[in-house]
Amino acid sequence: MSAVTMSEQGEAPRLGMWVFLASEFLFFGGLLLAYVYARSHWPEGFAQAGSHTHVVLGTLNTALLLTSSAVIAVAVACAEDYRRWSRRLLWVTFVLGLAFLAVKGLEYWKEWGEHLVPGPDFALHAPGAELFFLLYFLLTGVHTVHMLAGLVVVGTLAGRGAREATHVEVGALYWHFVDIVWIFLYPLLYLVGRAS
Amino acid sequence: MSYLDEGHTIKSWLTSTDHKRIAILYAISISVFFFVGGAAATLIRLELATPAGDLVSHDTYNRLFTAHGVIMVWLFLIPSIPSVFGNFLLPLMIGAKDLAFPRLNLLSWYLYVAGGVLVLCALAAGGVDTGWTFYTPYSTMFSNGYVVLTLFGVFVTGFSSILTGLNFIVTVHHLRMPGMGWFRLPLFIWAIYATSLILVLATPVLAMTTLLLVAERLWHIGVFDPALGGDPILFQHLFWFYSHPAVYIMVLPAMGVASEIIPCFARQRIFGYRFMAYAILGIASIGFLVWGHHMFVSGQSMAASMVFSLLSFLVAIPSAIKVFNWTATLYKGSLRFEAPMLYALGFVGLFMIGGLTGLFLASLALDVHLTDTYFVVSHFHYIMVGGTVMAYFGALHFWWPKVTGKLVPDLWARIAAVLIFLGFNFTFFPQYLLGVAGMPRRYHQYPPQFQVLHLLSSAGAVVLAIGYLLPLFYLAWSLRYGQRASANPWDARGLEWETSSPPPTHNFTHPPQLPERVYDYDPTSPRAVAQ
Amino acid sequence: MNSTLAEASSIARSTDLLFGAMLLLCGVMAIGICFVLLFFCIRYRAGNRKVDRGVVGRKLGVELTWTLVPLALFIVIFTWAAHDFSELYRPPADALPISVEAKQWMWKLQHRNGKREINELHVPLGQPVKLVMSSQDAIHSFFVPAFRIKQDVVPGRYTTLWFTATQLGEFPLFCSEYCGSSHSQMIGRIVVLAPADFGRWLQAGTSQPSLAQYGYARFRQLGCSGCHAAGSTVHAPALEGLLGRTVHLQDGRTLVADENYIRDSILLPQKDVVAGFAPVMPSFAGQVSEEDIQGLVAWIRSTGGPQGAPR
Repeated sequence: MSAVTMSEQGEAPRLGMWVFLASEFLFFGGLLLAYVYARSHWPEGFAQAGSHTHVVLGTLNTALLLTSSAVIAVAVACAEDYRRWSRRLLWVTFVLGLAFLAVKGLEYWKEWGEHLVPGPDFALHAPGAELFFLLYFLLTGVHTVHMLAGLVVVGTLAGRGAREATHVEVGALYWHFVDIVWIFLYPLLYLVGRAS
Repeated sequence: MSYLDEGHTIKSWLTSTDHKRIAILYAISISVFFFVGGAAATLIRLELATPAGDLVSHDTYNRLFTAHGVIMVWLFLIPSIPSVFGNFLLPLMIGAKDLAFPRLNLLSWYLYVAGGVLVLCALAAGGVDTGWTFYTPYSTMFSNGYVVLTLFGVFVTGFSSILTGLNFIVTVHHLRMPGMGWFRLPLFIWAIYATSLILVLATPVLAMTTLLLVAERLWHIGVFDPALGGDPILFQHLFWFYSHPAVYIMVLPAMGVASEIIPCFARQRIFGYRFMAYAILGIASIGFLVWGHHMFVSGQSMAASMVFSLLSFLVAIPSAIKVFNWTATLYKGSLRFEAPMLYALGFVGLFMIGGLTGLFLASLALDVHLTDTYFVVSHFHYIMVGGTVMAYFGALHFWWPKVTGKLVPDLWARIAAVLIFLGFNFTFFPQYLLGVAGMPRRYHQYPPQFQVLHLLSSAGAVVLAIGYLLPLFYLAWSLRYGQRASANPWDARGLEWETSSPPPTHNFTHPPQLPERVYDYDPTSPRAVAQ
Repeated sequence: MNSTLAEASSIARSTDLLFGAMLLLCGVMAIGICFVLLFFCIRYRAGNRKVDRGVVGRKLGVELTWTLVPLALFIVIFTWAAHDFSELYRPPADALPISVEAKQWMWKLQHRNGKREINELHVPLGQPVKLVMSSQDAIHSFFVPAFRIKQDVVPGRYTTLWFTATQLGEFPLFCSEYCGSSHSQMIGRIVVLAPADFGRWLQAGTSQPSLAQYGYARFRQLGCSGCHAAGSTVHAPALEGLLGRTVHLQDGRTLVADENYIRDSILLPQKDVVAGFAPVMPSFAGQVSEEDIQGLVAWIRSTGGPQGAPR
């Protein structure tokens, strides 16, 4: 690494993360495109199915994630000069992320009980409703996988005491992205079906 | 001490984060897949020697061409030049010690191997019969093959592609040696850079599409199947949004290779360096906007077809510029014809024919007749095999001394180059004629009027197969008995030739000298003129 | 193309003309470049002492020329090819409709008078024919090389194809979109007969009702007539003369009623609701077969209307 100057040491991971997020953006973009297409094809089924999602839990999760993003942003600001605070805030972010997953798990469990998981004994009958829930589980499932990866990242940064400020920044960049994806999912999955 | 002597145990190779060793790991694994895919092709050509389906059954035939496509596209062509030569040369050419993320690089290789093994498992279990395009609703509702397992393998190799692309992009941005501006980069680096952008931006769309396809196949919920309320054309849009740019993933690095070899053996600066660099970026970006030209008869709207047709003509312009510029590079040069040059010239010729026949397919009214016939089969083989594989072999011969420290026996290498060129044309030119006469692709049996041309094509395939097997022997021979190579056996420019052959672990013992200008060749120097 | 393949349809000649022009242009380009390449290779070979060498600098004029000239040529070709292509989307108003149903692995065809064929299609010489096609399972593609036409046959929607045969005889028909095990056996032939012979052939041995009659029977059996017949109590749009007519929809859009519109209105009635009508029609998905839909379309077609609209 000796040929790499100090500024580059921070720059390379940062650019790497941006490139990775560009890739992720196209991944979720494609899935959302499929959602929009399917919704325009089956407006009623989607409206009906959308009203069966658990809006209270979804809203709670949105609040948890937004808070976690704010917390990690402060952790980045502290990373240079107030390392101990930065580390504590990272742990707070971690716990908020865990809480999100717990709520999500509860939601999945309820949906399983209400026969909203696509399959032979699916509860709703409007055409397209099952497709809505397929996409719901696909989108939130993929998002959950990203949350798990985010928890590993944040947990590692917090546990190791975040020696490099740029590492915190890059980790936070990823965390914000996962948050932003949720900001798209929340209205599409929880709110649109209730609009009318 | 060279990177090859860093350790001789298998573990020292499998845990190495040295970009040069990882390149060799890739080279070995893609060669295995090349010969598996080639074996499938051999059986296909044998079956097609007669009109009746007498060698293998329908279902076996369908599994063979699917295996051939899946393996060659995802496990050979896409990683071929970028993962082998991109990995080996990118840090050397920009004067860096390694890629930006060496451990990520090793992870990419493991992901690639894991994906490849999954695909091989699917083949061993019984194979897939959907064709490499996995068109719905056939793949989700009717196919009885191992669609999910195969797609999972492809999905995993996709991560390898994305991480490799990411690594290359960051490396080009941040690890260029001091003073090396963008317009002093070799065109090979430009090509690898543009390829990486496509890898990073197109592959996730494929990943997402495979997820949807697998969900539909497992849960029978319609995203693509109209019987369940889906739209099969949506699948084609998503699939080609990845798979058309994927063609450029295959051919841009090949263009980069030709742009290194031709100036060296012509002792001439590459003609129109800046135009060449812009052309690469032009191809990479317009390449994202032409996917619909695979769908002119699919039922998409006429307006959409017209837009895609026009854009397809536009993407041909930068490709044409490149062919003209390679030709012009020979002007007033001092030409030698060692094996790498023969491969590079062969590449230019075959790529040109592949590109020109692409114009036939971009022409709407002609495409109606020609699409889904052997004309298309021949066209993309000219680009991918005539283009990419020729360039891959050119690169193999050109940089072999640098990679291994041994010289290649040039006479044998030239014989192989000529055999591959002739065998390739014998195999694939008749297929253009078949396509014009209306022979549809993916046919296990065919009407007897097509037999003469099919037989010619199969005979050519024999020559081609011999051409591909030859290097296996003389390259292996050279490893043991080949003459030792000097640091710069071709007297080439470029930083990779500034270090010893094979290079030391950290690439350069002394910081390399950045040359005055890129491709600083002089055809009038006494060494260049002497025979 | 005509040396290897008959030019048996009205568009074959113009397609071949375009092909010839492309072949000439690309051939000249390919041979030209190869010639220059070989000439340079020989003239500037390293051993040749009688030649003047030197570093070649930038030549912007040359580069611009070989960027702009191909661009102009390409635009000409594009326009030409696109013009010919748009013809394929303009079936003549009097084209003879034939319904095509593709399934693994056969072609089922039905004429207007109800006469059916499998893997064989009889058509009259010199009269435009319009195929209305759909698939029961995977995607297939209707390809007649001698006519230079091809169109994918997609499940869940109609695609159309039209041609005018210009040569008597038999021509191969292929499925050109991979559709599974016996894809290569999904082949048939087109038999072009003189109009009088075709008329005789069409009348011979038909005892089934015509497709339109069948469709009208289904119209009553399925209960469509309860709402759509004139004088019914429920307020539903009249269907007579619908094909080709411009329809104004509830949400402000307008469209031209074609076969796909009728198909969608039966299967997905809420998709395009006609302005001024309540969205009360139930979906008939699962109750009607492909054949029923084809029949209903044929009956609506038989009731007149503008029809010959572009698809």
